[in-house]
Amino acid sequence: MKLLVVGASSAIAHETARCFATDGAALFLVGRSAEKLAAIQHDLEVRGASQVVTYTLDLNDLAQHEAMIDAAFEALGGLDAALIAHGTLPDQAAVQASVEQALQEFQTNCLSAISLLTILGNRFEAQRRGCIAAISSVAGDRGRSSNYVYGAAKSALTVFLSGLRGRLEKSGVAVVTIKPGFVDTPMTAHVKKNPLFAKPDAVGKRIYTAMLKGQDVVYVPWFWRYVMLLIRVLPESMFKKLSF
Amino acid sequence: MANKACARDHRSWGRYPKIRQQKVVPVYWRDDQIDLSAIDGTILPYGLGRSYGDSCQNEGGTLIDIAPLNRMIAFDEDAGLLRCEAGVSLADILKVIVPRGWFLPTTPGTKFVTIGGAIANDVHGKNHHVAGTFGRHVTQFELLRSNGERLICSPEQNAEMYRATIGGLGLTGLILWAEFKLRRVPGPFIASEQIRFRNVDEFFDISAESEHRFEYTVAWVDCLAAGKQLGRGLFMRGNHAWPNKVPGKKAGQRSLFTVPVDLPWFALNMVTARVFNTALYHSQLGKSKRKVVPYDSFFYPLDMIHEWNRLYGSPGFIQYQFVIPFDHDRSAIKSIFKQISDSGVLSLLSVLKVFGDVPSPGMLSFPRPGVTLALDFPVRGQHTLDLLDRLDRVVQDEGGAIYPAKDSRMSAQGFQSFYPQWQDFSQYVDPKFSSSFWRRVTRTTE
Ligand SMILES: Cc1cc2nc3c(=O)[nH]c(=O)nc-3n(C[C@H](O)[C@H](O)[C@H](O)COP(=O)(O)OP(=O)(O)OC[C@H]3O[C@@H](n4cnc5c(N)ncnc54)[C@H](O)[C@@H]3O)c2cc1C
Repeated sequence: MKLLVVGASSAIAHETARCFATDGAALFLVGRSAEKLAAIQHDLEVRGASQVVTYTLDLNDLAQHEAMIDAAFEALGGLDAALIAHGTLPDQAAVQASVEQALQEFQTNCLSAISLLTILGNRFEAQRRGCIAAISSVAGDRGRSSNYVYGAAKSALTVFLSGLRGRLEKSGVAVVTIKPGFVDTPMTAHVKKNPLFAKPDAVGKRIYTAMLKGQDVVYVPWFWRYVMLLIRVLPESMFKKLSF
Repeated sequence: MANKACARDHRSWGRYPKIRQQKVVPVYWRDDQIDLSAIDGTILPYGLGRSYGDSCQNEGGTLIDIAPLNRMIAFDEDAGLLRCEAGVSLADILKVIVPRGWFLPTTPGTKFVTIGGAIANDVHGKNHHVAGTFGRHVTQFELLRSNGERLICSPEQNAEMYRATIGGLGLTGLILWAEFKLRRVPGPFIASEQIRFRNVDEFFDISAESEHRFEYTVAWVDCLAAGKQLGRGLFMRGNHAWPNKVPGKKAGQRSLFTVPVDLPWFALNMVTARVFNTALYHSQLGKSKRKVVPYDSFFYPLDMIHEWNRLYGSPGFIQYQFVIPFDHDRSAIKSIFKQISDSGVLSLLSVLKVFGDVPSPGMLSFPRPGVTLALDFPVRGQHTLDLLDRLDRVVQDEGGAIYPAKDSRMSAQGFQSFYPQWQDFSQYVDPKFSSSFWRRVTRTTE
């Protein structure tokens, strides 16, 4: 298995990569910090990865995406799967006060993923096999007053993935949308934990099996599918009064 | 949804004493600038909370959660040297090393402990008589002090800090990563033997006879039995088995289930405990039973049931583990068994083992030559505590010691007599580090 992991130093992506490493996969890791990527590279090597290559890139530098993907194909001699996992959790107060910051967060959490998916989609379509997975969020299922900029970006990503899935279906390429709920990671370090928080290793394992099976839309943990079902059917007149 | 998937709380395993409000600060990256001095009040590292009492608690202060530091760093497969971050668990390590023909140099009775925790308590296992403690196999580690200093400690480099940190109860600084020696094994199976013994004397005879032939020895004792049967139980011994495969057996462990809620405290009483102990004692038909078993079921039977500590109900429970030197007529251990069985205090799952004389580099390490007994007592008020105070005195008179990793109640005077090096050790304690345990046992005694 030859796998590209974008946003590889995120706790969830790292846990997913560990599952593949244990199977002896070859991995191409992309992230911002060379130091963090090296820590993850060594971990995956000890756990059994056959090859690990790291590549530092700020993913907001959209112009570099094509070159990065070229490098991944070249370094591993092709790709069987890709996981897009980078993202940031914006501070809602800051993004509602500043257009610039709101658009910046939209870029990180949505546009940069769309850019990668467009390039990868075309390549995978041409090779007529493989699996592309991207981490969206349950936050994209409905806009909450407390984090709708993030939610809107993830919502757009979810719709993009759903369309891409329909298109690539004909080429035998799987497109997997991952919708995690709350996960106990550095991204949520400042948020007070409650029993709804999942551990990244459980989430990583679930993503791994979803990718191997080529599933369509996966909620992790599973109960979020039903929670979000309920939240989506609430009438807007009621929903707007909920302040969460 | 298994509880395993949920966020962790930061209590101790025995959940006694109850300490709730403490701040928790996770560490994610070993190379980050980690400014410990910026945290208000005292701090204490926290691994997987498998210490029973208050040695992993810091009431009113902050816990540094090291579980996210869970990455491997390097594995020298020829030399059997593994380097990993301090939050890596033994469970995680076994997954990586066993398929490649290596095993832990020694392991406690649960694999859900971190390397940082294993070093800080200098843990021991069923092979103490041949391998000594975990600390003996640690070749080096990096220690972060609150003044920002990072020290590489090994028997050669910063040797004093190395000796203080092994068994140092998390008080000398934050271990970021460690390197240690593994042991070669032919495969994932253990050739085990279980022998029923009728009393304490039989235990010591079997133990003496097993010491040279078996790497792993330990016994379970029915502490509720009295009279002639005082100290009856099952002796377990084993060696790494040659065959790599046992037909039809998988080496991996499945967890059976998670205890979903705290059991009501009255579910565990003298009657249920007696039934349980008697059933366990008689669970084996013949005098002895041989079996080749996966390593998991030999070393970690309790890990099959997640959060089994909830079986004791919300009052929690106390573990009590001591070691006392041998006396030739074995009278001290017999009198302890008699006191327990006479007291009418509940105790389940008592574990008896003979420690060897392999020294540990640690200054405050618990294991020392003699016999060690670990007891589980559900907390049922003053009666339980009085018994333990009486046992403390026997341990002290015999020149033994009590294990801090399991303790939540020993007196300052007791600790200071069990660990006479404690004052020497104090000079290595990081000024910013403290624990509920440490404050309790270093109160000045008259
Ligand atoms: C079922 C069961 C069986 C057990 N069997 C045995 C046994 O056979 N033998 C034995 O010796 N013990 C045994 N124990 C006790 C257990 O091995 C120890 O308490 C162990 O230290 C727990 O490790 P932890 O990672 O959970 O650490 P914690 O309990 O969270 O912390 C333990 C200590 O380590 C310190 N610490 C943790 N991480 C670091 C770090 N990175 N740097 C510095 N200090 C750190 C903490 O401050 C604390 O003082 C058993 C426990 C259970 C629950």
